[in-house]
Order: sequence, then structure tokens, then C-alpha cells
Amino acid sequence: MNLIHIWVFLVGLVVILYVMLDGFSLGVGLLFPGAANRAEQDVMVGAIAPVWDANQTWIVFGGGALFASFPMIYTVLFSALYIPLFTFLFGLIFRGVAFEFRANSHKKHVWNRAFFGGSLAAAFAQGVTLGGYIEGIRVKAGMFAGGPLDWLTPFSVMTGVALTAGYMLLGATYLIIKTTGPVQERAYRQAVVAGGAVALFLCVVGIWTPYHNPEFVANWLSRPRIYGVWVFPALSVTSFVLLFLHLKKRSEIQPFIWSLMIFLSAYLALQSAIYPCAILPDISVAEAASQRETLIFMLWGVVLILPVVLGYVLYSYRVFRGKIAYGDGYE
Amino acid sequence: MDVLLLSRIQFGLTTAFHILFPTLTIGLSLYLVILEGLWLCTKNDMYYRMYRFWIKIFAIHFAVGVVSGITLEFEFGTNFARFSQAVSNVFAPLMAYEGMTAFFLEAGFLGIMLFGWKRVSPAVHFLSTCLVAAGASLSAFWIMAANAWMQTPSGYVLVHGRFYVTRFWEVIFNPAFPTHLTHMLLASYETAAFAIAGISAWFLLKHRHEAFFRSSLSIALIMAAMIAPLQVVVGDLKGQNVARYQPAKLAAMEAHWDTNTQGGAPFVAFAFPNMAAEKNYCEITIPDMLSLLITHSLRGEVRGLKTFPPEDRPNAAVTFWTFRVMAGIGFLLAGVMLWAGLLAVRKRLFDTPLFLKTLVVVQPLGFVATVVGWITVEVGRQPWAVYGLMRTRDSVSPIVAGNVLWSLGMFLILFAVLGSSYFYFTLKVLRNGPDADGPATHLEILPPASGKTETTKAAGLEVGP
Repeated sequence: MNLIHIWVFLVGLVVILYVMLDGFSLGVGLLFPGAANRAEQDVMVGAIAPVWDANQTWIVFGGGALFASFPMIYTVLFSALYIPLFTFLFGLIFRGVAFEFRANSHKKHVWNRAFFGGSLAAAFAQGVTLGGYIEGIRVKAGMFAGGPLDWLTPFSVMTGVALTAGYMLLGATYLIIKTTGPVQERAYRQAVVAGGAVALFLCVVGIWTPYHNPEFVANWLSRPRIYGVWVFPALSVTSFVLLFLHLKKRSEIQPFIWSLMIFLSAYLALQSAIYPCAILPDISVAEAASQRETLIFMLWGVVLILPVVLGYVLYSYRVFRGKIAYGDGYE
Repeated sequence: MDVLLLSRIQFGLTTAFHILFPTLTIGLSLYLVILEGLWLCTKNDMYYRMYRFWIKIFAIHFAVGVVSGITLEFEFGTNFARFSQAVSNVFAPLMAYEGMTAFFLEAGFLGIMLFGWKRVSPAVHFLSTCLVAAGASLSAFWIMAANAWMQTPSGYVLVHGRFYVTRFWEVIFNPAFPTHLTHMLLASYETAAFAIAGISAWFLLKHRHEAFFRSSLSIALIMAAMIAPLQVVVGDLKGQNVARYQPAKLAAMEAHWDTNTQGGAPFVAFAFPNMAAEKNYCEITIPDMLSLLITHSLRGEVRGLKTFPPEDRPNAAVTFWTFRVMAGIGFLLAGVMLWAGLLAVRKRLFDTPLFLKTLVVVQPLGFVATVVGWITVEVGRQPWAVYGLMRTRDSVSPIVAGNVLWSLGMFLILFAVLGSSYFYFTLKVLRNGPDADGPATHLEILPPASGKTETTKAAGLEVGP
């Protein structure tokens, strides 16, 4: 393992952490219009209120880490995917202030809508960004060389919808853990529907992506990957089976765990196909990486500081563990 | 309209909007640390209620600050890709460290600060407040290091248009950094102190919650009294630093066109600098004063703007006026604190209506000074993105203008909605005033729920007691 591989792993880890953690926060936002009344809305918001900001911080750190470790990915991707990325940011802005403004407002319906709309824009745009990335970007002399709407294709729209469904699944299964009564009841039903949709989309993505990127199949079938990659679809199928089984059994913790595993298996399958490419179709991670000294300087931070960060983030989750009751505020 | 101009307008707009919020929260978080510390030491519930009141203001500003700040980190890639690629080795790790050391600290403990009263002990709560305040100031540390490096780059080698690090220590502690950071931190503390003082004075003039706001005002004034004079001193040091490392910027800020060859350089107190004509109109000058300010001698040489090629000159009209507004506010606030000192000696602080009214009026000036000060710094750096080494016009992304026009339009709409809502909610919190009678709920700590059926009382987002 050399330094660049360590950073491929670390950036990959931060991205999937963001996707899973803010995924359930955004998912709660996506399911928000389903709440029947004020009390239910308050419970749903309360389930993520103390943790959403820390969850979102993973993308802020992720952006900085990507900028510092693989500047070419950062600059090319961000220029190429300008519109979906800004849509994602505008969504995050509305979602974020909605928490605070909603609490102070008499016209809660306005900020309820901002909460839902912001979450939807952020989730969909993230999916489109992913689709645009998979489709590949035109690069000349280390700089983006394509047009402003290159990312807009049926494939990227489909990945946008697929990720939105995925986040709904994470949101619903998270709500099952954190709530009781009618909100939890609804979350069980929503999880089944969202889980079905995700299964369907993963089948579509699984067929469409290799069709789009034949090199993915070649990568998967190459030695030594072929010995390992079958694990990911197997994990995915197992996760789906256990998800639906536990939803049927009304387990509270298990559905969330298996939803996370579905995300993880899909992500790893994708990564194992893309690696060692940094920007599809032909920029490698070695070309895209920054100076060795920079990677080392950053690694010190990761080794010394990130464990502490993980420690207190987990502590914060522990402080706010347990169910959210109806009709009472945090004190 | 070209991509470069639009991108610069967008970056300027988003940073100017964003900086208003951290400026307050960096200072206000320190104020909250003081309040909670006083409450824990004295067990006086008044301090607890003060904390609960001011944290509402903090929470609103923090939320807008966080969401408006995320866009900035992305804009380096979306709009200034060429800059980002050239400086990434040197500049980007500072952003990553800001995320690791500061943002997580703030975000991780803010939840406990806002919603954790009954879930953690008072000591842990106090620690959370301290860590959020530390996170806020650490964030300033990294971002000021990054900006200062663009002003006075060091610790690098430049190979084929790309910067490579030689020593990170020199990158971070570049020549501009110490005064740059101190100036900004003091600006935050001062702005927050005057904001708190102005709000408290308003309540005192209305005779509402007088004991509560006397206490709030006293602490804010003590904070301001320590900082306002110090800021003038740091401002002077900063001026000398600019003169030494960014002479073109200094000459533009002072509208100083010709190097003084005989005798001292005059200080231009008022003028309309004209870039094309290379001179000032309607100028009022004080002889030898600029030499005295910059070199601390009456005859010291100060380089004039004309000694730089026209294509290397920053805009004198903009920097001259923004700098004067900022410095003027700095002196004005220091003067207000002098007055406060005199009143405090005579024990007339709370019953001099003119003084209280002044505090209400000067309340927003700290924010104004911060924004115009940033305009001086950044316009004064032009035409360079990295001072003397990389031009701003070579920094922009290879994208079409339509992209930026779209995002700029969205930002304008967004900031109008966000700005007015934020203003409305802040005023609403202020109108409602503090909760003077409610019980201080620090005594009981609920055990967190563990079983499936047991529930803890927690929902909604109301921060109030």
C-alpha cells in the first residue's frame, strides 16, 4: 500500500460515511410530507435535530480532503458538474436553515416545505452528480473540456431518482429506531416500499452501468478482482432478504443496519469497477493525486485528529440515544 | 459579462454574506462561555437565563453561517478550478484541517449545547460550550492562514505554474498570518460585544428586564473595553505588515501615488482617487502623517502607486474608501469605550440615556467594518490571486458564463429570502425577550432511555426553556 492508495481509501471512506449519515437525515426530510400533524412533524425533526449538522460536516471535510489529496478530481468534477453540485448546495442551505427557522416560526408550513424541498433537491442532485461521474468527463491537459450540460442524460436522471429512493429507505429505517406509534408504523410501511424501489433500481443500475461502461465488466472479470467482486452482489442480495425479513418481524435496529449494508455493497461494487481510475474514462488516481508531502501532512491530521472526532461524534449519538416522545421539546 | 467577472462577483457576494454570521458567532460563543462559567461559579440563575436567551441568537446565526459557508469550499473547484489546481498542494490541506479540527468540533457539540441540558451534567455542558467556542476560533485560524498565504505566499516552490510545498510551517505561519488572524478574531469579539451591548441598551431604554440586561451589558462592555483599544494597535501592526509585504496594496489604500523623495509622505484624509489620471481629486492631506504611521518616523519613505506597472495596481478608489470606513469605525468604537470608561468611573453607565442610545446606533457598525475591511484586503490583493505570482484572470474555471449567471441569480434570490427571514426571526426572538421567571432546569438529569418501550421526553426543536 502506498500513500496514494491510503488516500483513495480515506476519501472513499469519508464519501460513504457522508452518504450513509446525511443519507438518513435527508431521508427523514424526504419522508416529512407524510407526517399527519404537528406532533408527528416535531418527532421527525427531533429525531435528527441534534445530529444532522455533524452528519453534514462529513461532506464539508470530504470536499477539503478531496481538494487536498486529489485536486484534479476536485477541480475537473466540480467544473463539469457545476449545475448539479450547486443544486445540491442550494438544497442543503434550505434544509439546514429550515431546522432553525421552523422552530422560531408561526408559519411552520413554509419551513416544512423548505425542509422537504431542500432535502429532495440535495438528494436528487447528489444522485445526478454520481451518474454524471460514472458516465465520464472530457478532460484536456488536466482541465475540464466539456460542455455545461454534459451530465444531463437519462442515466444521470435515473441515478438521481435511485439515490432519492435509497435515502428514503435510510430515513424510514432510521425513524423506526428513533420513534414510536404512528410515525414508526408509517416508517415500517415506507421502508417496505422504498426497499422495493431500491431493489428495482439496483437491478436497473446493475444492467445499465456495464452497458454504459463496458470497461467496468472488464475490470470485474480481471484477475485478481474476479475472486473478490462476487461478494458485493451476494452481500447486497443477503441484505435485501434480511431487510425485508426484519421489517416483517418488526425489528427496530436490524432494518437500518441492513439498509446501510445495501448502500455499502453497492458502493464497493462501484468502486471496485472504477479503481484505479480517478476520472472516467482515463485519468488514474496517481495522475490526479497531489504532492507527496501534502498527502503525508494530511495523513498526520487523519491519524491524530480523526479518531478523536469519531469518538466525540459517537459520544454525541450516545447522549441523544433513545426514542423521541410526542409533544415535548428538548430541554 | 464574462466567466471571470461573474465568478468574482459571486465569490465576493457569497463570502460577504457568509462572514457576517461567523463574525458574530465566534464572538458570541466566547460570551456564552463566560456566561456559563459565571453561572457554574456563582450559581446565580440569572446567568443561566442569560445563556438561554443569547443562545437563541447564537443558534440562528450559526445555522445561516454553516449553510452559507459550505458553498465557499465548493466554489474554489466550481469557479476557480485553475487557481485550485495550481495551489492545491499548499492551500487545500488548510481547508481539510479546518474541517477536521474546527467544523466537527462545532457541529459535534452544538447538539449538546442546544438540546443536551437534561442529558449531560452541567460540567459536560460547559465543556461543550467551550469546545464549540474553540471550534469557532480554530476555524478562523485555518481560514485566515489560507487567506494570508494568498496575500504573502511562503514555504513553497513554483514549478511550471504549480505550487509545491517546501515547509508547511512556513505556509501556515506566513508573514501576514499573525496580524491577519488577530485582526479578524478581535473583529469578531468586538462586533459581538457591541451587538450584545446595543441590544441590551435597547432593552434598558425600554425599561424591560433591567437587571438582566444590565448584567448582559456589563459583561459585553468589559469585553469591548479590553478589545477595542487592542484592535487599534493590531490594526497599526497590520498596516506596517502590508507596507512591508504588499506595498502596492498599501499605496492604493492610502491613495499615495508618488514615492516621497524629500520629506515625509502626507496622509490623505479625504480624496477621490482616479486610477486613469493617476491622481486624487479634492484631496485633504496631513503632512508627513503617512510616513509617521507606516515607518514611525516623519521622513520615512513610503512607495507610491505609480512605481508599480499599471497592470499590477489594485483599485485605489475602492481600497481607499473601504479602508477609511473600516478604520473610522474602529476609532469610533474605541472612542465609545473611552466614554464608557469615564461613565463607569462615575457610576453613571446605566442611567445615561445618550450613551445607551449611542450603543444602539453603533450596534451594526462592527459588521459593516468587517465586510468593508475584507473588501480592502481582497481588492487590495488584485490583480493577483496569489500575490505577485498568479493573476486572478488566470484562476477561473473552464466553464461557460451561463453556469455562473444561473448560480449567481439563485444566490441573489436565496440570500434575499434567507437574509430577510433571518432578520425577521432574530427580531422576533429579541422582541419576545428573555424568560425571566422560568425555572432553571439544571438540577435534574434524566437517564437516557435504553429499553424499547421507555421513552425520554425529547422532540421538536424548541430551544427555549
